[in-house]
Amino acid sequence: MSKEIKPKRREFLFTATYTVGAVGVASAIWPLVHQMNPDSSVKALSTTEVDISSVEPGKTITVLWRGKPIFIRRRTKKEIDEAASVDLKDLKDPEKDSDRAKNPEWLVMVGVCTHLGCVPLGDKGEYKAWFCPCHGSHYDTSGRVRKGPAPKNLEIPKYEFVDSNTIKIG
Amino acid sequence: MSEEKYIPKSKLAQWLDTRLPLLTLSHHLTSYPTPKNLNYWWTFGGILTFCLITQIITGLVLAMHYVAHVDHAFESIEHIMRNVNYGWLIRYIHANGASMFFLAVYIHIFRSLFYGSYKSPREVIWIIGLLIYILMMATAFMGYVLPWGQMSFWGATVITNLFSAIPIIGESVTTWLWGGYSVDNPTLNRFYSLHYLFPFLIFGLVVLHIWALHVPGNNNPIGIEVKKNSNETIPFHPYMVMKDLIALLAFIIIFLWFVFFAPNVLGHPDNYIEANPLVTPAHIVPEWYLLPFYAILRAIPSKLGGVIFMFAAIFVLMFLPWLDKSKVRSATFRPIYKKLFWILLFTVLMLGYLGAKPPEGIYLFLSRLGTAYYFIHFLILLPLIGRYEKTDPLPQSISDPVLEKPGIIDKFKKAAAQYEGENVGSFK
Repeated sequence: MSKEIKPKRREFLFTATYTVGAVGVASAIWPLVHQMNPDSSVKALSTTEVDISSVEPGKTITVLWRGKPIFIRRRTKKEIDEAASVDLKDLKDPEKDSDRAKNPEWLVMVGVCTHLGCVPLGDKGEYKAWFCPCHGSHYDTSGRVRKGPAPKNLEIPKYEFVDSNTIKIG
Repeated sequence: MSEEKYIPKSKLAQWLDTRLPLLTLSHHLTSYPTPKNLNYWWTFGGILTFCLITQIITGLVLAMHYVAHVDHAFESIEHIMRNVNYGWLIRYIHANGASMFFLAVYIHIFRSLFYGSYKSPREVIWIIGLLIYILMMATAFMGYVLPWGQMSFWGATVITNLFSAIPIIGESVTTWLWGGYSVDNPTLNRFYSLHYLFPFLIFGLVVLHIWALHVPGNNNPIGIEVKKNSNETIPFHPYMVMKDLIALLAFIIIFLWFVFFAPNVLGHPDNYIEANPLVTPAHIVPEWYLLPFYAILRAIPSKLGGVIFMFAAIFVLMFLPWLDKSKVRSATFRPIYKKLFWILLFTVLMLGYLGAKPPEGIYLFLSRLGTAYYFIHFLILLPLIGRYEKTDPLPQSISDPVLEKPGIIDKFKKAAAQYEGENVGSFK
C-alpha cells in the first residue's frame, strides 16, 4: 500500500515545489522588468501650457511635450476647407476633420510620424501639409495620412483651451 | 586530438591538470586537426576573435571617459576626441572597429554559404553564429546611440519604433524600451548598460561556437569529410596559426587605413550635430552594415509588413541547413547553386546600396525586386535545386584535386630529391 502512495506523494511535493519556485522567480523578475517603464519623474511632466496668442494664420509652432514635438497650427481658411472636403472613403485611417480639430482654426497634434517616429516636415509633400522625410509618408492639412507606409493619422493629444490664448496639453 | 590521452610532462603540471585540465584544453587547441586545404577564406574566424577583443578593450577604456547623460554624452565624446590622451585614436579604433567587425562577419557568413559549412553536422555552429550576428547588430545599434548625435537619436527612434508595429502591445513595448514617451535620458542610460553587457554575451557565444566547431572539425573548400589524424589534416598550431596571422596582418592594414586616413568615411556627418528631438535629419540612414535590412523594411508598403519581412530576412537563415537539401556542401561541385550564390551576393549588395537611397521611383522598385528575390532564393530555389541539381562528381580525398593536376607528382618528387638526406618529412 505504502509503496503505491509514496511516489504519488513525492510527485505532488515536486509539483508544489516547482510551482512555488516558479511564482517566486516570476515575482523576483517583475521589479527588474518594471523598473524600465517610465518612472514617476517622467510621468509627472505630463502637462504643458502653451501661449498661442502670437501665432499668425498659416503658421505652426512646435512645443515639446513628454519629449515629443507637438505641432500647433493656426490653419488658413483654404486649409480648413480642403481638410473638410475630403471624402472619407479616400482615407487610409478615416477620421472627420471636425473630430480632429475641436476649433477648426487650431490643429493640435503630436508631430511624430506614425510609421517609425520621425518628425514630419511642414508645408511639404503632395498635400502641401506634412511630409515625413524618413520613409516618405504624406499627411494632409488635417494631419491625416494620405500616402506612404504610415498606418495612422498623426495622433491628437489630449488638450483643452484654457482661455482663447492658452492651450493646455496633456 | 581527443583520441589519445594527453599527459603533461612535469609532476607539477600533472598535479594541476588532474585538478583542472587547463593544459589538456590548451593541448587540444594547439593540436586540433585542421584540413590541410583550408584557404584564406577560413582565416576570418581568427580575425573576428581579434575584432571582438579589440572592441572590448577599446570600449572598456572609452567607458572611463564617457558620460551617459543626455546633457553630457555629446560633450563627453568631444572631450574624448580633444582632451583625453590618445582618446581620438581609441575612439576611432572602436568606431571603425565596429565596421571592420561586420566586414569580417559578412565575409565569414558568405564563406559558409559558398562552401556549405552550415550543413550537417554543423547546423549548431551555424545557428550559434547567427545568434552572435544578431547580438552584434543589437550591440552596434546601441553603441551608435551613445554619442547622442542626430543620427544616434533618430536611429534609436526609428529602430525602437519598429516594435510599435506589434499589434495591441506595441505601444507598451516601446514605452517600456524607452522608459518614457520618447527616446530620452532613461533610454540612453539603459542602452549604455546593455552596450557594455552584450559583448560579453557575444564572447560566451563565441566559446560555444568554437566548442561546437571542435566536435565535427572544420569544413573545407572541397566540402567532403576529412579523415582525422591522417595526412589530410595538420595541427592548428603552428600551421593555421601562422596562416591566420598573415591574414590578420593584412586585415589590420586595411583597418588602420580607415582609422588613420578615413576615420569618418563610414560614419555620417549628421552625428556630429547634437541630438535634437524637434528636427529629423533629411535622410536617416543606418550604418552601412544594416542597410540591406533597412532596404527590405522600406520595400514593403505596410508598417507591420515591413517589420515582419525585415526580421524574417534574418530568421530565414536559421532554417538554412534544412532548406538546402543538397548533400553536397561545396559550391565548387554545384554548378547551379554556384550561380545562385553569386546572384544572392549581388542582390544583398544591391539592397545595401538601395538602403542608402531615398525610397522612391526606381530605387523603391529595385528594393522590392531584391527583397522578393532574397526570399525566393532561400524559400523556393534552394529546396528545389537541392532536389533536382545534377552535381559534379566529388573527389575521394581532399588531396585528389591537387594530385590530379598534370605533372604535379613529378614536381613534388623533384623538389623532394633536392632535399634528399635531410629530414624534411615525406609527402604521401
